Amino acid sequence: MTTTTDILTLAAAGGIEPGAGLTMLVPVLTLLGTLLCGLCAAFKVKSKLPAWLSVACLAGSFVAIAATYADLGHQQRLAHGFEWINFSYTGTDGQPVTFKANFAFYIDSLTLLWMLFVTGLATLIALYASEYMSHDQGTGYCRFFAAFNLFVFSMACLVMGDNLLLLYLGWEGVGLCSYLLIGYFYTRPSAVAAAKKAFIMNRIGDLGLALGIMLTFVHFGSVEYAVIFEKARPYIDALKAGHLDEIPLVASFIPILLMIGAFGKSAQLPLYVWLPDAMEGPTPVSALIHAATMVTAGVYLIARTYPLFLLSDVALPIVGWVGASTALLAATIGMAQFDIKRIMAYSTVSQLGYMFAGLAVLSPVGGASHVFTHAFFKAMLFLSCGAVMHGFAGQLDLRKLSGLFRMPGWKVVSVAMLVGCLNLAGFPLITAGYWSKDIILAEAFVNMPGVGWVLLITAGLTAYYTFRVFFRVFMGPTHYEPGDEVHGHDAHGHGDAHGHDHGHAHHDDPHGHGPAVTATAHDPHAGHDFHPHAPGWAINTVLAVLALASFAIVPLMLTGEHHGWAGGMVEHSSAAYHTVGTSGYLEAAHGHGPHDHGHTHGHDHDHDHGQAHGTFLGMDPHKVMYYVSGVVGLLGIAAAFWLHLAGRTSAASSRADALVPAMGPLAGWARGKWFVDEFYDALIVKPLWVISHIFHVIDTLIVDGLVNLVGWVPRALGGVLRPSQSGQLHGYAAGMAGGLALLLIIVLWVTLR
Amino acid sequence: MAPMMWSPVLAQAADPGVMHEVTLAHYLFVAVAMFVLGVVGFLTRRNLIIMFLCTELMFQAAGIALIAFGRFYLEYTGQSFVIFVVTVAAAEAAMALALVVLLFRKRESLSAEAWQELKG
Repeated sequence: MTTTTDILTLAAAGGIEPGAGLTMLVPVLTLLGTLLCGLCAAFKVKSKLPAWLSVACLAGSFVAIAATYADLGHQQRLAHGFEWINFSYTGTDGQPVTFKANFAFYIDSLTLLWMLFVTGLATLIALYASEYMSHDQGTGYCRFFAAFNLFVFSMACLVMGDNLLLLYLGWEGVGLCSYLLIGYFYTRPSAVAAAKKAFIMNRIGDLGLALGIMLTFVHFGSVEYAVIFEKARPYIDALKAGHLDEIPLVASFIPILLMIGAFGKSAQLPLYVWLPDAMEGPTPVSALIHAATMVTAGVYLIARTYPLFLLSDVALPIVGWVGASTALLAATIGMAQFDIKRIMAYSTVSQLGYMFAGLAVLSPVGGASHVFTHAFFKAMLFLSCGAVMHGFAGQLDLRKLSGLFRMPGWKVVSVAMLVGCLNLAGFPLITAGYWSKDIILAEAFVNMPGVGWVLLITAGLTAYYTFRVFFRVFMGPTHYEPGDEVHGHDAHGHGDAHGHDHGHAHHDDPHGHGPAVTATAHDPHAGHDFHPHAPGWAINTVLAVLALASFAIVPLMLTGEHHGWAGGMVEHSSAAYHTVGTSGYLEAAHGHGPHDHGHTHGHDHDHDHGQAHGTFLGMDPHKVMYYVSGVVGLLGIAAAFWLHLAGRTSAASSRADALVPAMGPLAGWARGKWFVDEFYDALIVKPLWVISHIFHVIDTLIVDGLVNLVGWVPRALGGVLRPSQSGQLHGYAAGMAGGLALLLIIVLWVTLR
Repeated sequence: MAPMMWSPVLAQAADPGVMHEVTLAHYLFVAVAMFVLGVVGFLTRRNLIIMFLCTELMFQAAGIALIAFGRFYLEYTGQSFVIFVVTVAAAEAAMALALVVLLFRKRESLSAEAWQELKG
């Protein structure tokens, strides 16, 4: 490990504080992984080498982060890599201004929490992808893993950077990798469109983030967290004293701009529409980038700059309501979809809404805990869906798959899916998802009861749509129809093309019964000669590890004094900055404000709140929410059982079908995703199209016309003179002789006159 | 006699009683005659080699005029200049003849009308 020693020598010279040096390995290793995958592509490697290289680099990163955590615990360290940007100029007031942004890492427990699950999950998902992407072995395989490593590099810059500019670099980097990986199947128009949509939607949010960073620099004179938070301290003190009016208006704009960036990256209203479409990418990408890590960058941004968010009395309420509305809207859409991967995408949007609401109700602990648990179970859900999609030739329609639990070779996937669903549904006591959701719900009822109610309804809907998928696809009578990726290349239905255009199944029967294959577990050769191919060891191992991990973190959620281990990690970071050295000052500040933020955080049952705060039907939310959220989750699961499993005899129909007419237009609207895409199309895309066509006409007529006129005038003049150039030598000679004679005559006439 | 009187040279030649002296006018007459021959030849002939010879004729006519002026005005710049002109003419002749050979190889013809590529 010469690299390690190099880094440590560098640490001694370059100002890396002891204990933080290993974090520098993460960008080094991931960049190395990108480079090696690129070299594999250059040398046309056809084996699984890029996957193993990536797994090795990512596992190395995880070990480096884990070792750093073991070393540092909750301490804070600065690791200075190199000087990146440093210049001075004279400001408008004549004072010198210095802009400094180093390639340096700020390591605290919040950073480590994020990096632990980012690198850990990246390792597991890379292992999963080694098998999942095996159809594409060759250049595509190398391209996939190169982008995968680059993504983790960008994520490391985003999460570990000690200044907002390095965060912005990582922010754009993950956006780029997301774009590259959504558009991985670049021959498929829908994938290309989805990639562009994701990129453009993110640009809108990134504009907000960029403006927020600029305003931060203008106001605080630095983009480094340490300096910003130090300069924000007087404002926090003013807040403590209840003088909200002492905070300059400019400072309160900063969180609103940063928030726009967070909404774009984390797929919140009104910028969420890109995330469901991003499912066009390969499933491991959906699991890592679009479920577990990148989309939580917005939550990280708000948690990291939490002190700034306290400076505005509207910022956090906006975050809360946006999060709650997104959670509810996405849950209702998820209830009515049939594509299981899309359902998981909407549930991601919905759960991200939960996290934002958690941050907003003065509980960064709840938000970050939910990020942590969600990363595990949502990655697992996506990977299970991916295994199904992989095995059934791209089939994702829950009306065409049923009873996979009883098929040989699908036990691990089914169990992993069940564990993921239990977590997402918030099954009481034994699941980590239940505990993290509970923190948010209780705190929401205390501080913003309206948000609390919306979230509670969403929790019920979440449990319903989650188990709708599980009961339809994994339980009930065994039945399957392959997707349209069947190419008969070999006995396992490996195809080289990956289009799974959902509108074009193999049959024309609108009811989905056409030449369907109703096969029993013992007769997989029926029908189209299609063999569902059960996942191999890599997929099964990863799913088993994730399933065990999601249970292993349950005790972590229950230890420690700050709502478990993840909560403790947040409590010792800048996200809990406002509580350092004080207690309950926010009661004074926000308690008198229009938004009635009751108190800081936590289920501190023994704490005497001393003033009115939100209750759940007159009871203390901290005491009853355990039972309420558990019951709501169970009710949702029971509803799904009754509507989608009990008495179901075929894959395509269930009792829920009878409910659809009773719902009136609501069911159709939910299935049509509330027509948000159509609304954006009519509001933005169509007007832009019309305007651009008007400009096109103006461009061709006036601008092009002027330019062409300038070109036409010399050409017309040339046309007049052109006949003189006959190309005949004698013509030119006669011209010369004649000209000479003429000249002579003129000279003679002038001299002899 | 009268038709000859427009030229001082012929007029002098027509007068048998005078000691004939070669004047500047004689030289210039020869130069002009050569030059006009060259121009007329250049304009009327189509053969590239002939046309090239005609340009040489005009060239040398100019040379004669320069030497004559130099001699009669005792100004040797003109004469020394002609030495350069002759040298350049020799080099240029070598080039031009080579070009003519190449042009001939391309079109199997020496006619100037075979080349009209620069027509506007």
